[in-house]
Amino acid sequence: MFAEYSTSDLISIFAMQGVAGLILFSVFVLMALGLAIIFGQMGVINMAHGEFMILGAYVTYLTSHLFSTYLPGFFSVYFILAMILAFIAAGALGALVEWAMIRHLYHRPLDTLLATWGLSLILQQTYRSVFGAREVGVTLPDWLMGSVKITETIELPINGLFVMCLALGISTAVGILMYRSRWGIQVRAVVQNRPMAGAVGINTARVDRITFALGCGIAGVAGSAFTMIGSTGPTSGQLYIVDTFLVVVFGGATSLLGTIASAFSISQAQSTMEFFMSGSMAKVLTLLFVVLILMVRPQGLFTLKVRR
Amino acid sequence: MKLSIFKGSDAHTHTFASTPKLFDWKVCLFALAASLAGSGVQAAEVNTTGLAVTATTVKVGILHSATGTMAISETGSIQAEKLAIEQINAMGGVLGRKIEFIQEDGASDWPTFAEKSKKLLVNDKVAAVFGCWTSASRKAVLPIFEQYNGMLYYPTFYEGLEQSKNVIYTGQEATQQIIAGIDWVTKTKGAKSFYLLGSDYIWPRTSNKIARKHIEKLGLKVVGEEYYPLGHTQFNSVINKIKLTKPDVIYGIVVGGSNVAFYKQLKAAGIDMTKEKPLLLTISVTEDEILGIGGENMQGAYASMKYFQSLPNANNKKFVADFKARWGKDVVIGDVTQAAYLGAWLWKAAVEKAGSFDVDKVRAASPGLELTTAPEGYVKIHPNHHLWSKTRIGHARPDGQYDVVFETKELIEPDPFPKGYQ
Repeated sequence: MFAEYSTSDLISIFAMQGVAGLILFSVFVLMALGLAIIFGQMGVINMAHGEFMILGAYVTYLTSHLFSTYLPGFFSVYFILAMILAFIAAGALGALVEWAMIRHLYHRPLDTLLATWGLSLILQQTYRSVFGAREVGVTLPDWLMGSVKITETIELPINGLFVMCLALGISTAVGILMYRSRWGIQVRAVVQNRPMAGAVGINTARVDRITFALGCGIAGVAGSAFTMIGSTGPTSGQLYIVDTFLVVVFGGATSLLGTIASAFSISQAQSTMEFFMSGSMAKVLTLLFVVLILMVRPQGLFTLKVRR
Repeated sequence: MKLSIFKGSDAHTHTFASTPKLFDWKVCLFALAASLAGSGVQAAEVNTTGLAVTATTVKVGILHSATGTMAISETGSIQAEKLAIEQINAMGGVLGRKIEFIQEDGASDWPTFAEKSKKLLVNDKVAAVFGCWTSASRKAVLPIFEQYNGMLYYPTFYEGLEQSKNVIYTGQEATQQIIAGIDWVTKTKGAKSFYLLGSDYIWPRTSNKIARKHIEKLGLKVVGEEYYPLGHTQFNSVINKIKLTKPDVIYGIVVGGSNVAFYKQLKAAGIDMTKEKPLLLTISVTEDEILGIGGENMQGAYASMKYFQSLPNANNKKFVADFKARWGKDVVIGDVTQAAYLGAWLWKAAVEKAGSFDVDKVRAASPGLELTTAPEGYVKIHPNHHLWSKTRIGHARPDGQYDVVFETKELIEPDPFPKGYQ
């Protein structure tokens, strides 16, 4: 399969595919971080994760409209504000959902699966009623379009670079929050032993609410960023949900590092294979490879070592 | 018989002047003799098979997805069908009867389509159904239409390889849409090599098969053929492959949400379609899809289909004005929306030619039926139940509309089972 390409071609193929893989990696990390926090730290399977992302995308769409109508002079910077608003909106909805629904179901993980799936249907139909069944187009500021040319064949898309920086930034922020802040210690304590954490004075209900809201907020930011590369419609969230779960489960649900490692290996494997075979085939092989590894290591790549 | 929507009504008022008397006489006789339901008897002349036809009304069905993932695409068809029905009613209806529609929601779920079509045919006894969008939904309802002898007007351009006595296909089948487009791009743009790209299901695969056969017949080269799962959102790899193989034409049949991802990423990767190196030719992106993709991401691409909103003829100007007056000034009209609009008019013409709502008579009246008032121009029903139609090439503008840059001189014959292309 390499014979038809010359050596210089092969070098640029691998360079280009490496870049494509890195962009895919960043996309996966952004998708999966929010879910990993909720699933890993709280054990809640949030089937509505995609819909929280799309909420972020719709907030971005509204913000772009607002700016182009009232503040056309500041249009080039609206995207940053849109991401912050997306975080707030998705986070607030997440907190509301946790309060109204999830907290009653903490001891029934399968019921949360059903409940959040129902929630995803409700949200989809709400988007459809409010924004219409058709996809909406989000206009991007010019500086996010286009690409940086490195050689004749290698070009870096600017929005890809932007997604990479965002993924790096958010992962770092979450890492610091989890492992260097007081709140992170509380979250980890609750994950390891809920009654004990409660006994030493941690308000576990509050920790749960904030954790869930944070996970949803990150989903909102991811959705906002994905308006650059994907579609914004009532059911667009469904496009991401399978890959998201794949990354989180493969990485080992309780480990953020595992999520990142799994996003990296899946994205690199997929983008390299996509080049030498058809897209559908690459997807099949990726899934097969994930299934095989999970058969050997059902707990995922990385696991938290806890004495049970 | 040449039927004009607006002039045609004169001809029917004539036949109608005599029928009411006949009805009155029969009604009296039957009412005395058997005291049957009055409406059924009055309508007996034009309805011998128990359809939902009264002296003043006729029921039809609209069956599309108003919810679920396909609602994005099918909303336009629903709007077009309702507009056509309202316009026909405003002109006096069909055989003097107002059309009443029963709308059912297929909910983007194929078994639901089958169930709802059975409800429309068996419980509601509708005279015709306008509906379906995806091939999967059409395949799901087909056995039911054949079993209960219903009539379906199907609007979408599709892969062909089907011909049912119970379906009139108002969209183009694959060869009509594809061959003219490839001929145009080779003749006027000198294209020599093609990269075929599609979503991974029956329509893109069958279409690309036809495209490949035709390209190879012309002695030209296919440098790549790729399929991605429905809903795929990452196209950087295939864009890299396109850059390496340097085709003259990217032939794109990506659908749904993937479309948006593909065109946004193509632009971000530095492929400027306005430079036409490579040129992009698609058969899957109508004005409807551009709403989601964004005109600035689609600018410079070419599309090959039978209808564009910007068609300059008088029929279309009136259609676009009426559509916007009914559904808001911001709506756009794509190829399928126009084909859905034709459905109700073709049915009306067939019923009036047959002088009856009976499905068998409507079917017999359909082949050879002409419509001069179609927004796309003149169309005619072929004996194989597809439409003769022209194929046009549109050039995408930044505002999300297409400029029509080419149209075939003659109507193209529909050929759902093309020899040498399978």
